[in-house]
Amino acid sequence: MTNRVELRKVSKSFGDVQALEDVDFSLGENEVVGLLGDNGAGKSTLIKIITGYYQPDEGDMYINGKQVNDLSVPKAREMGIETVYQERALAELQSLWRNIFLGRELKNRVGLLKIKEMKQETHRLMTQSMGFTSSAVNPDSAVGTFSGGEKQGVAIVRALYFDADIIILDEPTMGLSLKETRRLLEFVGEIKAAGKAAIFIDHNIFHVYSVADRVVVIDRGKVAGEFMTKDISLDDLMDKMYRVAETGVLS
Amino acid sequence: MDDPVEGMTEQKASQEYKETFSMSKFARQNGTQLGIFAVFIALWALFIFAAPDTFLSGTIYWAFMATIPFFAILAMPLTIAVIAGEIDLSFPAVMAMGMVAFILTYDATGMVWLAFLASLAMGLLGGLLNGLIVVFFGIPSLVATIGTQFFWRGMVLVLSQGASGTLGYTKESLLHPLLVGKIGGVVPVQFIWLVLIAVLCWVLLNRTRFGAHVYLIGDNAESAALMGVNTRRTRILVFVLVGVIAAFAGVVASLHVTFFWPSLGDGYLLRTLASVFLGGTSVFGGVGTIFGTFLGAFIIGAIEAATVAVGLTGFYTQLIYGLIIVLSVTMHAFLRRRMQ
Repeated sequence: MTNRVELRKVSKSFGDVQALEDVDFSLGENEVVGLLGDNGAGKSTLIKIITGYYQPDEGDMYINGKQVNDLSVPKAREMGIETVYQERALAELQSLWRNIFLGRELKNRVGLLKIKEMKQETHRLMTQSMGFTSSAVNPDSAVGTFSGGEKQGVAIVRALYFDADIIILDEPTMGLSLKETRRLLEFVGEIKAAGKAAIFIDHNIFHVYSVADRVVVIDRGKVAGEFMTKDISLDDLMDKMYRVAETGVLS
Repeated sequence: MDDPVEGMTEQKASQEYKETFSMSKFARQNGTQLGIFAVFIALWALFIFAAPDTFLSGTIYWAFMATIPFFAILAMPLTIAVIAGEIDLSFPAVMAMGMVAFILTYDATGMVWLAFLASLAMGLLGGLLNGLIVVFFGIPSLVATIGTQFFWRGMVLVLSQGASGTLGYTKESLLHPLLVGKIGGVVPVQFIWLVLIAVLCWVLLNRTRFGAHVYLIGDNAESAALMGVNTRRTRILVFVLVGVIAAFAGVVASLHVTFFWPSLGDGYLLRTLASVFLGGTSVFGGVGTIFGTFLGAFIIGAIEAATVAVGLTGFYTQLIYGLIIVLSVTMHAFLRRRMQ
């Protein structure tokens, strides 16, 4: 069984700041990995390398067993990696359909946009997956008018629409209500049930523990440790997290 | 296992999305365009009321079709630039620089068509330079293009030694009637060019990925980049488009009078910007339409004629342009905040 994603000795620095140092990371074929770590620990840099937004300074990266060099965002999306970003990556003044197809607009042979088809698809996704029932919301509605949970729904549906099998969720519960959060955690379970893989980043250790198969703890640009959630109790994991925050080392 | 999601898919798959038309939805989606259209009609009525002799005769409209295209053509790509969250203030100098390339090429080869191509190439170069400075050095386009404006104007003055000159020789070429002739002796060809360029810009903006990305970048460049939009290439292309069309407009304006002035383009800066902002394009980027700019340009063009026709001196036009720019940007910003 090949890993969906594998990083070997990946380093990345921005000027003098070493964001990641010799990081090894893997994501199994049907695995949900939780990434934990303090602000500035390097979680975001790590996922932005996997999504092709940043290029690593050193190290190797394999996606579905194939080594990839100079990964870009369009290339990563083509390889089935979709991301739900912390900032949701929505263009709020633009319509729903433009946001769903952001960066992947459908076009015909002469290069003109297939607007009707994109609106059609957006409508289908809205009613089936996003749970929009209000008649005030249509594919032409500006995303800026939606609630936090609705926006998150747009970002998630967008990630799923393009048949991704590696889904990265960066702080997806931020700003969500309790009910919306529960729906989101269920959704991560659905990814797992569908045989896909996910990387789940969250500040909330309870959320991560409840959905992840494995937890990877990042601290100061390095992997401080990893645990299978079935082998560790929530209390023990929390103890370890406190210790990492104070001393930088586990155990 | 019973899968509720699967069941739902089958049930609703047949349910096609039909775009329903309702007045309120149409008004919501085209609010600014309807607004500018209302302003257009209201001002027109006002002009007819204030100066019926001028605005009820046909000649003034032929005159508008002859003179408005010079800056209205420029306003089209500039609209795209402003939607992308950028601005180009160097286009007046690029217009003049394009004509310098035209004249130098003609002097060297005696070929008018080659001279025309050289001027468009000059425009491309000017736009490319702006794009590269803005994208690769991260200089705000407002500052970068003020710099290149002085640079190109300086280059024009050095190369021309400040001298103006006749372009009478272009009259013998087919280029002259193709750019500034009159169809049937009445319809100015430059108006046809304006319509063609407006349609081209509309298609680019609304029916291509390039245009979709322009809106997305102007709205939220970070999001666009995260989702894989090549923001650098798109922004550079925007500046190139402005540059090439600026050079084109420079040729059109110069051939119209068959004369080259080293100050070519200077008078167009305010009018062009006023057309874009009056047309509802947001200074903050992400919002704007070609239709709005088109009407905006005709309002701006008519104001000059109207101020003179109602008996005010030409000095007032500048004042009114300034007022229009300030009022339209504040109004659109206000309306936008209200909508959110």
